[in-house]
Amino acid sequence: MVEKFDAIVIGAGPSGNAAAYTLAKQGLSVLQLERGEYPGAKNVQGGIMYAAELEKIIPDFRDDCPTERHIIEQRIWLLGDDNYIGTNYRSDAFNTETPNRYTIIRANIDKWFSEKIRAAGGLQICETTVTELIHDAAGKVIGVRTDREGGEIHADVVIMADGVNALLAKRSGYQKELAPENVALAVKEILFIDPELIQQRFGLKGDEGVVIEIMGKVTKGMVGTAFLYTNKESLTIGIGCLISDFKQGSVPPYKMLEDLKNHPVIKPLIEGAEMKEYAAHMIPEGGYKAVPQLYGDGWMVVGDAAHFNNAAHREGSNLAMASGRMAAETVIELKTAGKPFSAANLAAYKARLDDSFVMKDLKKYRNLPGIMHENKQFFGAYPDTLTAAAHNWFTVDSVDKRTKEKEIMKSFVKKRSVLGLVGDAIKLVRAVR
Amino acid sequence: MSIVVKIEEKLYQNRYIVDESRPHIRIRSEAECKSCTSQACTVCCPAACYSKNEAGTVTLVTDGCLECGTCRVICQDKENIQWDYPRGGYGISYKFG
Ligand SMILES: Cc1cc2nc3c(=O)[nH]c(=O)nc-3n(C[C@H](O)[C@H](O)[C@H](O)COP(=O)(O)OP(=O)(O)OC[C@H]3O[C@@H](n4cnc5c(N)ncnc54)[C@H](O)[C@@H]3O)c2cc1C
Ligand code: SF4
Ligand code: SF4
Repeated sequence: MVEKFDAIVIGAGPSGNAAAYTLAKQGLSVLQLERGEYPGAKNVQGGIMYAAELEKIIPDFRDDCPTERHIIEQRIWLLGDDNYIGTNYRSDAFNTETPNRYTIIRANIDKWFSEKIRAAGGLQICETTVTELIHDAAGKVIGVRTDREGGEIHADVVIMADGVNALLAKRSGYQKELAPENVALAVKEILFIDPELIQQRFGLKGDEGVVIEIMGKVTKGMVGTAFLYTNKESLTIGIGCLISDFKQGSVPPYKMLEDLKNHPVIKPLIEGAEMKEYAAHMIPEGGYKAVPQLYGDGWMVVGDAAHFNNAAHREGSNLAMASGRMAAETVIELKTAGKPFSAANLAAYKARLDDSFVMKDLKKYRNLPGIMHENKQFFGAYPDTLTAAAHNWFTVDSVDKRTKEKEIMKSFVKKRSVLGLVGDAIKLVRAVR
Repeated sequence: MSIVVKIEEKLYQNRYIVDESRPHIRIRSEAECKSCTSQACTVCCPAACYSKNEAGTVTLVTDGCLECGTCRVICQDKENIQWDYPRGGYGISYKFG
């Protein structure tokens, strides 16, 4: 006798957890399958966690959620060869009872979330890889097959929350392979260090945190970004570039990370810290145009597997949680109304997404991935020119300021024609408008 | 700036639950690798699982694999990589992620 549930959720990352928790809390019978040794064992995040989406699902999450530091300062740095230029924004107003952004250690969050799901009555089984979806004669998804013995399980609806590789949707013909220009590979390390050093180096007290987003020469002309975040007793540092660029280049990802760690601006910040883990993961960055079919007879896809990632703002986990919640709400609504989980009825999931920040933001930035990809000057020529300009401006050497201005303007135009400069500005504005 | 990177030292920090003699990724055809001009898998893999060998092909050792999927994405034109997840519970097990 094959076991049957109201819903099966594949994956215990933020999207699957949001879905499973929302379903379990409403009393539906839900089975969540995770291939890792424990929830989080396969997952990688920078990571900044945005409170708003988690708060919608678990309003009192702050009571026991193992967050690291609440973020009071955001820095955006453009690194040259031995320098940086950037902006910092720090505010004491971020020191509230209910902070909006936290740094996190991903495995801790996934474990915590999973406990909430079990407490709400959800059944979670780890160390189990789903190998394929089971379809009936009409093509409707009726369950999953796993790599466990007798591993066939049925459900009214299957929610695929299996992350960026999305093998199951591909095997069922719902998605094509990821295009190399639509996906980034990121590598990161966690570096443990005396918390007092973190406080001194970043000017922090208590659980205050700083995050630094980094662009510039460190990606060696490739489309990519880097980051350095403060946790309670550790720092995380990482770098990622489009796979299409890695493919054409000759620099392995770990070399890029090592060069970042040795950059004269970064090195003093991480000096003396001990590396405890090295991780790699893909990030779906194709944006709106790369979003696949989101639902069909008996199935929905959420989170990274649905390409929900806003690369421009480094948001992923919040889109994952939002889409997981909305998929679950759609299930609950149909179940309550006694309606079948047909493609026509599950279209309500897409409607919810369209009406939310998930699709609205992706749509707003729909042209950005293409522009970044086709205009490498944002990652090559600009960092150099900008830092050189700053260097010139701040060097007090008896050259009058008007001459300096002219020199700076000339250096910009030399790297890129005036028309090119204007064109770039227009492209960027268009892409983010 | 020329910094030597020892990838083994990085991977050494990680926890793996190795599924002895059951690699989850396979190269389909050696001949295909031999005629592959870029052999980009040897550059892109974040765990350096692929290395060029004397025969002019590529050797794959999946022990340090981080299960990212990059090699599958870069080799999709040639379709020369058969890629799957390890069995449930095996492979990389991040303590922090
Ligand atoms: C380096 C890096 C930095 C990032 N930084 C940030 C950040 O600062 N802020 C932010 O919001 N987002 C960030 N992101 C993005 C964020 O991590 C993702 O958007 C988010 O994890 C997506 O959640 P998910 O649940 O959809 O997928 P995942 O977290 O990938 O979870 C998928 C789960 O499914 C499981 N699974 C997969 N296949 C199967 C199968 N066949 N059977 C059983 N289980 C399966 C996996 O083991 C995994 O647990 C970052 C990503 C990376 C790589
Ligand atoms: S990219 Fe594919 S075909 Fe080329 S060497 Fe690597 S595995 Fe072989
Ligand atoms: S999945 Fe990632 S880590 Fe594993 S072999 Fe392929 S590229 Fe290397």
